[in-house]
Amino acid sequence: MIDRTELWIVIIGLALGSFALRFFFIGFVGGRALPEWLLRHLRYASVAIIPALVAPLVLWPAATEGTPDPARLAAAAVTLTLGVLTKNVVLSILGGAVVLALGLMLGA
Amino acid sequence: MGATTPISSFGAGARDSLPFILVAGPFGLLFGVLGTEAGLNVAEVLGFSLAVFAGAAQFTALQLLQENTPTVIVLISALAVNLRVAMYSAALTPYLGGAPLWQRAIAAYFIVDQSAALSTVKFETEPQMPLAHRVAYFFGTSALIAPLWYAMSWLGAVAGSRLPLDSGLDFALPIAFLAMIGPALRTPAHRVAALVAAGTALAAAGLPFNLGLIVAGLAGMMAGAQAELWFERRKAAAG
Repeated sequence: MIDRTELWIVIIGLALGSFALRFFFIGFVGGRALPEWLLRHLRYASVAIIPALVAPLVLWPAATEGTPDPARLAAAAVTLTLGVLTKNVVLSILGGAVVLALGLMLGA
Repeated sequence: MGATTPISSFGAGARDSLPFILVAGPFGLLFGVLGTEAGLNVAEVLGFSLAVFAGAAQFTALQLLQENTPTVIVLISALAVNLRVAMYSAALTPYLGGAPLWQRAIAAYFIVDQSAALSTVKFETEPQMPLAHRVAYFFGTSALIAPLWYAMSWLGAVAGSRLPLDSGLDFALPIAFLAMIGPALRTPAHRVAALVAAGTALAAAGLPFNLGLIVAGLAGMMAGAQAELWFERRKAAAG
């Protein structure tokens, strides 16, 4: 169970932190240029953090106590492939959900 | 002809945002459902969506909170996922930087993927657009999407508490994230960043406090930046 104090610290911290990130340039920096090396790293932040978060969840799902699961692996592969090929987020989610449902049905 | 008053620019922004209803709606619903599954009540789910207003960061925080991750790591990880809004803020500054501070402060809250993407394209293609129209257009792009995000989070939270515990629901979050990764792998450097980050995360999974995620994220960012330089040099050399 998530601790209530921790939850609200995270909600308020994220709210303030996200606002700071959003306000920083438009509010403070204005037209001044940032160092190129910093921008170059910022460009890859979300495309690095999200795969880092997802990879262990795909390979070692908590629902199977960390044992790799064919249905979840197949659903992940289909979702990612659809996303790369179609660039359509909604279609990718639907494709992955269908494969997961089928896989869990076959496996059960 | 095109927009002639700030109100029509506002309307144009709202109209251009219509396709994003298909993204924000289901994502908001999913956040509500998963939040409820994680033990949040309706007020906490809605508070989360209202205060933070950033889908991927909210999902990240929710996942890590369930893994008993130290609060500092939850915050750093979720803010790292959200670093791209700082990039959007930088991209919008040349167009909206001249607006009064109070307008920029409100606009900052609404900087998300869809408002930034729509606005930067619009402002680039219509450089003659007056500042007041630009501000109106920017707010227009969130006029439908933001209320929809709150409403669907709320609906998901209300419905989620009545849903039976489905065996596959645990995997809804990885699927949502994977679906976001696909379209983001725009260049070879983006693909290098994602691969290095995923590989490092698996190798560093044993680190305490979920620190592996931070290490992997930094490794991915550095790999992406270096790959970008490398591909640029190769392109320059090929002339």
